[in-house]
Amino acid sequence: MSAALEIVSPGAMASIQDLGRPGLRRVGVPRAGALEPGWLRLANALVGNEEAAPAIEFFGGGLLMRALERPVRVALAGHFSATVIAADEQRRVDSWRSVTLAPGETLRCATLAEGRLGYVALAGISVRRQLGSASTYARAGLGGLDGRLLGPGDRLAAAACSGAEKMLKEPPPVDPSPIRVVLGPQDDYFDEASIARLLSEAYQVSAAADRMGIRLDGPRLGHRPEKGVEITSDATVPGSIQVPGQGQPIVLLADGQTAGGYPKVATVISADLPRLAVMAPGQTLRFVAVSVPAAEFAARTREAALQALIAGIGALAEPGALDLQAIYDANLVSGVVDAQADDGTLAASGKTAEGDRTDTMGDE
Amino acid sequence: MAVRPLDRRGCPRPRSGAADVDHVAGSQCGEERSVSFRILALGDTALTIEFGDGVERHLLAAVAALDEALAKLIDSGGLRGIVETVPTFRSLTVIYDPLRSSRAEIEPAIRAAIEPPGAALSSGGRRWLLPVCYGDQNSACGPDLDELAAACGLTAAEVIRLHASGSYAVYMLGFLPGFAFMGDLPEVLARPRRSEPRLRVPAGSVATAGTLTAIYPWESPGGWHLIGACPVPLFSPAWPQAALLQPGDRVGFRAVDEAEYRSLQVDLAAARASPQPPASLLCEPATER
Repeated sequence: MSAALEIVSPGAMASIQDLGRPGLRRVGVPRAGALEPGWLRLANALVGNEEAAPAIEFFGGGLLMRALERPVRVALAGHFSATVIAADEQRRVDSWRSVTLAPGETLRCATLAEGRLGYVALAGISVRRQLGSASTYARAGLGGLDGRLLGPGDRLAAAACSGAEKMLKEPPPVDPSPIRVVLGPQDDYFDEASIARLLSEAYQVSAAADRMGIRLDGPRLGHRPEKGVEITSDATVPGSIQVPGQGQPIVLLADGQTAGGYPKVATVISADLPRLAVMAPGQTLRFVAVSVPAAEFAARTREAALQALIAGIGALAEPGALDLQAIYDANLVSGVVDAQADDGTLAASGKTAEGDRTDTMGDE
Repeated sequence: MAVRPLDRRGCPRPRSGAADVDHVAGSQCGEERSVSFRILALGDTALTIEFGDGVERHLLAAVAALDEALAKLIDSGGLRGIVETVPTFRSLTVIYDPLRSSRAEIEPAIRAAIEPPGAALSSGGRRWLLPVCYGDQNSACGPDLDELAAACGLTAAEVIRLHASGSYAVYMLGFLPGFAFMGDLPEVLARPRRSEPRLRVPAGSVATAGTLTAIYPWESPGGWHLIGACPVPLFSPAWPQAALLQPGDRVGFRAVDEAEYRSLQVDLAAARASPQPPASLLCEPATER
């Protein structure tokens, strides 16, 4: 029996996501994919997967998973902690690290300390791709397991786990600065006072927040009477801020509709959309307008910061604990270690055996 | 829907973006043509080339022409970092990867590709005849039929006859996978959307809004008037183009009774898993696309 992880309880709306399914918006298929792609990539890097591999995205708390007959390696990304429940003990593990589950051990993800979602990556995960991606888009039955959200009893095939557990040197910093937007494409549908309100007053994430979008509570925006509240439908993107007639802005996310008939006052820039997408209902935010070149520069800056975080992944160092596994692995692989690596003794560890990796990510 | 009047002057060819609205003029078969457009930002991942605001043939033609020109440019390596293009009634959205390109790099190439479109949309599309169980057969199939008929000053039977006798162009896909915006309905059937959108429109619902008609491929929220139900699957990842209906296709409807609707529902369910959409729904042999 090969390694596998069983979903005991999915909590709220847990699903398989990867980096999404671009290229099909012209037939109405949204990109889907992780709402915080950086965290998904970090979680995958922590278990030695391809950064773009699928992982579990979950909301709230209550996600409960069990290793079956063989050990599995998982990694946690997001602002939460988890508990590993064995037959005779429980141990707490913090996020931004990988952890091995022995056969029969259960991982329980606690309620999020901050934000509304988190990720669990699984070493060597194997999920069939549909239309180029494993991302679940449940409305049209695409991706994931049979096109649906995860449910109790679902099993995810994994690779045999080997090597040391890993951790981020530093958790990703929490950035409280305003969410940056580029005004338009239909900012000319709104009066100047409304644009000024959007860019100066506080908004709150409402309870109407899912993978399609987030409805914001806060100052309402007024449409210019001569322009009206409807446009001939045109294309949206994740980050589009559309404003229906009642004036309450909605920020579209990865599963948002690909076209819409409401004017779009602004677009959240790609560097800041994940930060907004993970906010929990009740959290407040402000918007600030930037230029397109500034937004493009921010995208490159975010990518560089993410790559620096990934490059800084190292062996797990728990205070006071001697990591016997790491020492053992270091001895095994010392002959093939890259001398340039930051921590040479572990540069080749943490990866799953090649034999287990082939064909696990193949297309359908 | 608001229709923004377009300036159709034949201007010289300004290729730079100094003005709010740009024009490109040209001549074809001795006839002077021009096209006006604006380039709008959708953040740092997309820009929209907007030819107007309305459902009009010349806008659809301009969108299709630019979409085709950009596809060639992308194929030939002349435009890098493009993720996808999204044609709509009146605009083309170009989605790009800000890590591989920038608006400054792609905008000049896009501007240079804008040409006044030819006279007509290509007519290479397929013709479909789709069965519909209208709300007179079973009110669950079309709960808004009577209300729409009353609002139009018609009987339900007249609404059905008008809807089923039309031949509709597929203008664009969007909103949901396989959702095709089709038109035009006769003006007498044109009514604005419902003031209170439904939270759950059943999959297969045949609906109208303004002079447009559509079939909801999936259960979703929706504000259109539901007048019937269609048993045909409209989207499958197993099909070559995933969506049954493609822009440029033409669609007709035929009324079926509830018994035929139920049996078609069973017969057509398997089509989702087959490698081609059901050819039995085509009016004429499929042309290679």
